[in-house]
Amino acid sequence: MTNPIQSLTKSVTVNDNPFMKPIEWLSLALLVVVILVVLPATLDAFRLNLVGKYLTYAFVALGLVICWGYAGILSLGQGCFFGLGGYCMAMYLKLEASSIENTKIQSTPGIPDFMDWNQITSLPWFWKPFQSLPLTLILVIAVPVLFAFVISFAMFKRRVGGTYFAIITQAIAAILTILIVGQQGYTGGINGITDLRTLHGWDIRTDSAHNILYFVNGGLLIGCILIAQFVKKSKLGRILVAMRDKEDRVRFSGYSVAGFKVFAFCLAAAFAAIGGAMFTLQVGFMSPSFVGIVPSIDMVIYAAVGGRMSLFGAIWGTLLVNWAKTSFSESFPDLWLFGLGALFILVVLAFPNGLAGIWREHLEPRLTRRVKALRAPAPAIIPQSAPAE
Amino acid sequence: MNAALLPSSIIGANPDAPEYLLAVDALTVSFDGFKAVNDVSFYVDPNEIRVIIGPNGAGKTTVLDLICGRTRASAGSIKYKGQELTKLTESAIVQAGVGRKFQTPSIYDDLTVFENLEISFPRGRSVFGALTFKRDAQVRDRIHEIAETIFLKDQLLERAEFLSHGQKQWLEIGMLLIQDPELLMLDEPVAGMSVGERIKTAELLNQIIVGRSVLVIEHDMKFVEDIAHRVTVLHQGKVLSEGSMERVKNDPKVIEVYLGH
Repeated sequence: MTNPIQSLTKSVTVNDNPFMKPIEWLSLALLVVVILVVLPATLDAFRLNLVGKYLTYAFVALGLVICWGYAGILSLGQGCFFGLGGYCMAMYLKLEASSIENTKIQSTPGIPDFMDWNQITSLPWFWKPFQSLPLTLILVIAVPVLFAFVISFAMFKRRVGGTYFAIITQAIAAILTILIVGQQGYTGGINGITDLRTLHGWDIRTDSAHNILYFVNGGLLIGCILIAQFVKKSKLGRILVAMRDKEDRVRFSGYSVAGFKVFAFCLAAAFAAIGGAMFTLQVGFMSPSFVGIVPSIDMVIYAAVGGRMSLFGAIWGTLLVNWAKTSFSESFPDLWLFGLGALFILVVLAFPNGLAGIWREHLEPRLTRRVKALRAPAPAIIPQSAPAE
Repeated sequence: MNAALLPSSIIGANPDAPEYLLAVDALTVSFDGFKAVNDVSFYVDPNEIRVIIGPNGAGKTTVLDLICGRTRASAGSIKYKGQELTKLTESAIVQAGVGRKFQTPSIYDDLTVFENLEISFPRGRSVFGALTFKRDAQVRDRIHEIAETIFLKDQLLERAEFLSHGQKQWLEIGMLLIQDPELLMLDEPVAGMSVGERIKTAELLNQIIVGRSVLVIEHDMKFVEDIAHRVTVLHQGKVLSEGSMERVKNDPKVIEVYLGH
């Protein structure tokens, strides 16, 4: 027979499925305070802009937590989506900077300078939508997500996964870079799209603009964290974890696995795209060096260092690695890449769950024990009843 | 409730009756020329418990794999309530009402017992449905009810990886149960269990088979005799014999290749 008190306790604990646990609210509050209060209050304009740039990578790391950490899909091509988002934004800004007035010395005024240098005499069709800001804002997300959808749908429907998927995404990052570099007249080539000035008439190069963009970026990042938290907390989040573990079993629970994987991959791509667009706005240019293999792998390292199972860990990991990169590469530019490689190996070997893992496995249990010891003795332990007969 | 209490008319159902729940017809699958299942036909009635027995490598598990869509048939047909299964995806077959338990316990180690059962609850199976799935009273009550049935009500919040082997088997049976399939396929449900667990499992199976057809692969002859309505004996990918346990036990061919050992 069920003990009524026991069944009550049980149902209370089981029903308890809050959007965020207290510790997660605390982590969020800490992040908000650091990003939106502490850093702006303590850093000069240049350093703050730098942090803003790092935080655009954090969008990618956040996507990787869902895609890689939760769903188990390692993508070595997130630079593609970061880059596509960034390029979409850059195309709009470039068109605005290439008004007939600004480009009257060109043989064809009104088109971006690099097109003119490459003997292109009219605006290519795929540049035309970027004359409109609302359309651009849609395309910033739509283009990378559509691209991610096509790639992932083709592969996951055929049940290509694991290492093969990782290698293919890496190849796609390489191909996209080569394509952008090769089509100089249409894309700005190896230099990328530079000399960006205004967003709908608002000069984005000033310190005050940088400041505003920093806060917009921070706000968007927190919005994305909440979206990711919603996904993680939904049944879909648990299905992703189940899938990572036993893909076949999920199929035999009646789910179409490919659809869920495509969703995770597209969500990660959407986050990366937002990051890319914010990068372009804050840094003022976009180039193929943010699309290819190296940045894609860098971003995986951020997520790994922070903890690929932790939304907040990924943000801290991104900030930490980039801070280290900036400090070390200012003093030892040649050694930095080796340092980064060593860091990655160290994390994989010693701390597979990254910073968040260190917190969860070592610091948090100690803290909870302290807190428990301070509190009054817990209510009587519920006796383990005999299994039902 | 005990299987033996089910109406005997079901057990002795007329094989010509048009309404089979599952009709496997001339099913063949070959792996690189080796025919693991060769021209197998059998028919399962509604509410029937059918046990498939046979020596190792007879193709028993492959037959289940074919029915649930894990392996694609080279030839032949599998009709479930008149619907052809050989062309459907695994998830569509599950949604049609076919549940499968694997030989080794196949559960989600990283999730709790509660979450394991919740994932198997037959609602919100699309991407959008899973995103907006609400853990409402109906879901909770059903999970508690199932947990009670599978002897795991005190382990609901435990991570599944910490369960014992027998508990994992029960959890998987529970995951099937919550799907409420009309055809339940169990691959060696009592393998590797202690005697106590075996008795409990038999009791559990007798409880859950009510109102559905069950296809069981099992080696434990005592267990088979306890639950089977009819038995199909497979040998080298072919049906060697079929009928009541009594008949099959006395079939000289079966004694020679299987039971005689």
